[in-house]
Amino acid sequence: MNLKLKALTKSIWVFHAACSPCNNCDIEVLDVLTPRHDVERFGIALVGSIRHADVLLVTGVPNYKTKERLKRIYNQAPQPCLVVAVGNCACGRIMFKDSYNSPCAVDEVVPVSAYIPGCPPKPEAIIAGVVKLIKKLRGQK
Amino acid sequence: MSHKVIVPIGPYHPLQEEPEFFRLYVEGEKVIDIDIVIGYMHRGIEELSEHKHFDQVTFLVERICGICSTSHPFAYVNAMEDLAKIEVPERALFIRTIIAEMERLHSHLLWLGLAGHFIGYNTVWMWSWRYREPILDMFEMITGNRNHYAMMKIGGVRRDIRDEDIPILKKALDDLLPAVDMFKGAVMDDPVIKARLKGIGILNKQQAIDWCVVGPTARASGINIDVRKDDPYGAYDRVDWNVILEKDGDIFAKTIVRILELYESISIIRQCLDKMPKGEIDANIKDIPPGEGIGRVEAPRGECFHYVRSDGTNQPIRHKIRAPSYMNVASNKIAAVGGTISDAAITLAAVDPCYCCTERLTVLNSATNKKIMNGWDLIKLSQKKTEKLRKDLGGGDKCKI
Repeated sequence: MNLKLKALTKSIWVFHAACSPCNNCDIEVLDVLTPRHDVERFGIALVGSIRHADVLLVTGVPNYKTKERLKRIYNQAPQPCLVVAVGNCACGRIMFKDSYNSPCAVDEVVPVSAYIPGCPPKPEAIIAGVVKLIKKLRGQK
Repeated sequence: MSHKVIVPIGPYHPLQEEPEFFRLYVEGEKVIDIDIVIGYMHRGIEELSEHKHFDQVTFLVERICGICSTSHPFAYVNAMEDLAKIEVPERALFIRTIIAEMERLHSHLLWLGLAGHFIGYNTVWMWSWRYREPILDMFEMITGNRNHYAMMKIGGVRRDIRDEDIPILKKALDDLLPAVDMFKGAVMDDPVIKARLKGIGILNKQQAIDWCVVGPTARASGINIDVRKDDPYGAYDRVDWNVILEKDGDIFAKTIVRILELYESISIIRQCLDKMPKGEIDANIKDIPPGEGIGRVEAPRGECFHYVRSDGTNQPIRHKIRAPSYMNVASNKIAAVGGTISDAAITLAAVDPCYCCTERLTVLNSATNKKIMNGWDLIKLSQKKTEKLRKDLGGGDKCKI
């Protein structure tokens, strides 16, 4: 394992981009940081700028307005930047796929490394998804 | 000469969970004007719901907002029951009321935490979200999901509250009460919070009426407005509770209103659990007749309004939604202007804005690429439409409209 990958998986800093979600996934993402789950114990923290982040967390279905901004945010990120899609909307657009304001899914805009389905996914599911992502990066089964 | 600077906040900003864009015009430290640009959360839900079955719309409107995720379906089923003149079983009304009040508990605690976070009291954030968790557990026990409960159904509710769950729910409420006491003490007695929030972001009674604010924002300015009392739905007319009023209209008053409403919610849930009759929970509706109906619900943020029109098929032909934040967000134009930049964050958050509720439609003028339409533009647009209609109908001066 090279140094970059080791550093990346040690303590993941997350930037949270909400692309027209219903707020629920966002609240559950914040919930992961609060006392019951408290992932800051493991060095996972939300950061204010994408330029500090290792992981881009995307919730919701992009619309025409947020699609361009999501692309711009991803391009601003220092590489390697992993993208995690949280929630059914981000994973597959579910009931919004027929909407006039839903041009594409998240994985058509940016490359997604991990999908966490659920409406909303429980905090435990979000943590499990991140753990799986870290294991995959380290090459463990 | 003064120098005007624009401070942009958003759309992706660490302050906000949701993407929205504020443009603060500042002179030195003072905010002299504010522009609010929304439209980042628009998903076309009204249009989508016109292509779905009446029962499916209940699930769709639940996804308007994750925090008031029972208020929208509640208002929608109220509208449908108004449309089809359905008698809802008594037990279903009580269950709906319990779910709606539990939602108010978790929503107010959530806001309290975020407000604490905005003024730099991360302890308040962590504590209030810690006490919010048992309520979400109760939701999971009763409805099967932490958020998006899917309890509402046209003519009743989907799941019953089992008898063995009632003592567990009552115990959770008992455990919550000391926590709310602690919050009340912490906010009311803390000199720093008082210094930080008192006299900031004032919206006085007349301004509140002028800007049509609703919910806790209006009640903090001394306006006695609450759909639960004014136009009772669910089982609110069968229980005993008070509307919380404050008269200052500043952020401190808004905080106090929300904290005291927690007590009222706990009291309403307790009374509902005691008074809940046995019996059916569903009226088993088969067909929806043609007609139109309105439904109003006091969501945690204010009045939530749904209008549905049916033509006798199994889809609504028009579904109009008005969320409470739609009015409350605009009042920032009064509350935030005149304050300092450091107060802008908490002032913008004080109305408990929920942009995913709010964003129904943004008007864009494609010809001039002008994003904001003033009153005259709208009148011109309206006149143009009349002209077009007149032409379409065989036109000219002969047409009588």
